[in-house]
Amino acid sequence: MINKSAVEMAEALNKGEITSVELTKAHLKQISEVDGQVHAFLHVDTQGALEQASQVDAKRSAGEKLPALAGVPLALKDVLVQKGIPTTCGSKMLEGWRPPYDSTVVRKLKENGIVILGKTNMDEFAMGSSTENSAYGPSRNPWDLTRIPGGSGGGSSASLASFQAPLAIGTDTGGSIRQPAAVTGTVGVKPTYGGVSRYGLVAFSSSLDQAGPCARTVLDAAYLHEAIAGHDPLDSTSINAPVPAVVAAAKNGNVKGMKIGVIKELQGDGYQAGVLKLFNESLEILASLGAEIVEVSCKYFDYALAAYYLIAPSECSSNLARFDAMRYGIRNGQGSAEEVMNATRQIGFGREVKRRIILGTYALSSGYYDAYYGSAQKVRTLISRDFESAFKLADVLVSPTAPTTAFKIGEKSNDPIAMYLNDIATIPTNLAGIGGMSLPSGLAAEDGLPAGFQIMAPAMKDDLMYKVGAALEAELNTKWQGPILNSAPKLGAK
Amino acid sequence: MALKFEDVIAKYEPALGLEVHVELGTASKMFCGCNTVFGAAANTQTCPVCLGLPGALPVVNGKAIEYTIAIGLALNCSIAPYSRFARKNYFYPDMPKNFQTSQYDEPICTNGYLDITIDTDEGSKDFRIEIERVHMEEDTGKSLHMGGATGRIHGADYSLLDYNRAGIPLVEIVTKVVYGCGKYAPEVARAYVSELRDILRGLGVSDVKMEQGSLRCDANVSLRPIGSEKLGTRSETKNVNSLKSVERAIRSEMIRHAELLNSNQRVIQETRHFHEDTGLTTSGRSKEQAEDYRYFPEPDLVPIAPSKELIAKIAATLPEKPSVRRKKLQEAWQVPDKEMAAMINADVLDLVEATVKLGADPTRARSWWLGEIARIANEKAVAAADLAISAADVAEVIALIVKGELTDKLARQVVEALINGEGSVAKIIETRGIKVVSDDSSLMAAIERAIAAAPDVAEKVRGGNIPASGALIGAVMKDSKGQADAAKVRDLLLKHLGQG
Repeated sequence: MINKSAVEMAEALNKGEITSVELTKAHLKQISEVDGQVHAFLHVDTQGALEQASQVDAKRSAGEKLPALAGVPLALKDVLVQKGIPTTCGSKMLEGWRPPYDSTVVRKLKENGIVILGKTNMDEFAMGSSTENSAYGPSRNPWDLTRIPGGSGGGSSASLASFQAPLAIGTDTGGSIRQPAAVTGTVGVKPTYGGVSRYGLVAFSSSLDQAGPCARTVLDAAYLHEAIAGHDPLDSTSINAPVPAVVAAAKNGNVKGMKIGVIKELQGDGYQAGVLKLFNESLEILASLGAEIVEVSCKYFDYALAAYYLIAPSECSSNLARFDAMRYGIRNGQGSAEEVMNATRQIGFGREVKRRIILGTYALSSGYYDAYYGSAQKVRTLISRDFESAFKLADVLVSPTAPTTAFKIGEKSNDPIAMYLNDIATIPTNLAGIGGMSLPSGLAAEDGLPAGFQIMAPAMKDDLMYKVGAALEAELNTKWQGPILNSAPKLGAK
Repeated sequence: MALKFEDVIAKYEPALGLEVHVELGTASKMFCGCNTVFGAAANTQTCPVCLGLPGALPVVNGKAIEYTIAIGLALNCSIAPYSRFARKNYFYPDMPKNFQTSQYDEPICTNGYLDITIDTDEGSKDFRIEIERVHMEEDTGKSLHMGGATGRIHGADYSLLDYNRAGIPLVEIVTKVVYGCGKYAPEVARAYVSELRDILRGLGVSDVKMEQGSLRCDANVSLRPIGSEKLGTRSETKNVNSLKSVERAIRSEMIRHAELLNSNQRVIQETRHFHEDTGLTTSGRSKEQAEDYRYFPEPDLVPIAPSKELIAKIAATLPEKPSVRRKKLQEAWQVPDKEMAAMINADVLDLVEATVKLGADPTRARSWWLGEIARIANEKAVAAADLAISAADVAEVIALIVKGELTDKLARQVVEALINGEGSVAKIIETRGIKVVSDDSSLMAAIERAIAAAPDVAEKVRGGNIPASGALIGAVMKDSKGQADAAKVRDLLLKHLGQG
């Protein structure tokens, strides 16, 4: 059962073939057997998950009408607060902190009867592309345990690829949902900014952060998307408009007559040959399904990475100021408040977080603000305009999700720029606030590792990504004779 | 020997800049739903948002924006069709997020003015104080420094943090540089804060209690030699907790600056703390090296874009300006300028008005609030409005005097008892046994006793020596423990002795 899709599990629950408690136990068993190797979870809430599952079972046996995913388990990225459950954000700073409130995403998961198995590993405060920046050690890619599962949401993607959970929640500031999905052969969606509430999402970069669904199929992602999306009065940047009909779109995959724009700037140099080959094969499939493939140019995308690495660190330098040992989290040192703050931040934050706080503090300093933060905001506007123009020529835009397949753990740890380049194709959507999806495009010829195909849609037209994604996924699954994860090596109990 | 103020203004011209912080009287905080009651137990009015817990997000209090627009309109400001919040970044333990959500380069109200009048030996003088901006921000929590002798952070053993105040909506009203007040600078500053307070009170946007910190004034002062173009170095005085202190603090700073300048020393750009007891300021934080607050637009909030309709609606509901209202009251009550100024200075105008509205005669109402009650307030060093006596109480007392049921002297006892919290007027009269003795028979008996005790005096009165009756009246009053109406005693006595 754990190898099935979330929708199949939900059907089995509805038919009474299995209970949520049994389904949850099966996943807890898988966690206990394989997570020693994968390290997807930072905290497994066995008791809470089973309690939640039995509540859903009780409701179901009482004949209550339940939401679509009721009783299906899920893995939650450790950056979203859940009342009473340790939330560390992959940082030593928050070790032992149990939040006194639920994030809106968690509230909605609970309302939908989705069983939360535990909290997944991530790069510290979501800063990274490999989970190597987690204070609790890296997660490993189930396709090859010597490789990274992507980041920052590598724990969530790894949990899906190792069948420890059929659904997961990620957050995406510059690609942290989509790049992990790409390198683990799973599906990840960053909704339009404001589509899912950020209330209770521990902020890295407020104007870029967006929570979204991670799954093994496009339809599963769509169901989870609908469960967590919608206007939230507690988040001022939340969009007050109906949620796009993503489930309906995922059920009716179709690209006939659609114009699909290939972004010229997101291919070529720096992209692995096998990744590009798979991307082009997917394009051929879409063309064969009746889509018109057009090339578009977004010339300011060349500056996206630079703009991102000014805006995100600037916001993070302010967002992370609150970690000062005064109210929660660890405390180190003694003496004056200032001394304690200083000593705590010295040991509480890891190297990458400190690097970005310093970068951002510098970029916002008086005398540098206009040159750095100000210019970056202008680039941001230009990138949005690039997208606007491109969407006049195409219904959706596509690119490889990440330039390469999963790299080895340790390979890029000492080269931040090489690490940052992983997100070159995903960052523009965050800067423009639009939606992006990654789904598997196949296994690269060079290394036999999964690669991702990215679909981007205009703001609040998230359904278009699902429509295209579902059509492509169906064809690819036929070609592969089943989901790509069937080819993943089997992880067994040691 | 401190320099004399006259010597300061003979040589230097002061420039002022006043920053007034006002806590808005909204029921909930600026960015969350927490209560804003003053004096609640520490940390009981907090939530994830105002504690800055990881993941929590702000949502703007719409009422606070409406209040701020009302303030801007009352101060003749332009209301920005689009303004934003910004983050002011600095570390301090009582600031939960280590940034203050404030407004920076895009404030909601700009370019206004406030006209004030001061009463001087040369007659009344008008000044226009130009307002640079009115913007919104959130208040910080409070640090209580424990174990030290001074209650200040220096020398304390540890500190306690109370976040009840964190996130309370604040409005900051900043003047442009105020020139040309000369020797009247301290009074002009006081009159400005006083007028501003009346406006804010009239708008109902704040309880404007300086002593509780819901209205706080930072006074920037600098001096330059008369005739010089270049502004001098300024100091910023904080902890100015009353109108009187505004005036005193500025006067004291002007003298301090002049002494430094006269002895060729330089004025340091710094914050100063005003001390009520000494009337002097002491050095606070140096501002020589401008702190870099790394302002940037608050990404968790959307811009504020009030509609023209909303602004028009608020403008339509603005109350009468205090200056207009005062003029009307003065005419209605037929009060001379001096008396009017006295009521404003004692801050009893609202109370007098309320008392008059309840039927009291304006002259009586004014003399009670400015006389006995002001005296007691002064003794207790509190505002008359904070005493346990209301306009209704005073109106009731006055009514009893008019009816002859209380004498002025008895009324003073009642007022004192009211202030001591002894209950209602009726209850006080009952429990204290206060009543005017007007029963003629008991008075007559007392008069007989007085005459019997001093027959020679009575004889003098019978013989036409009216002034001699004073001794007998005094004896009767003493006999009645002061409760008799002296005028009535006199009438009865004289009649009895054939002189009525």
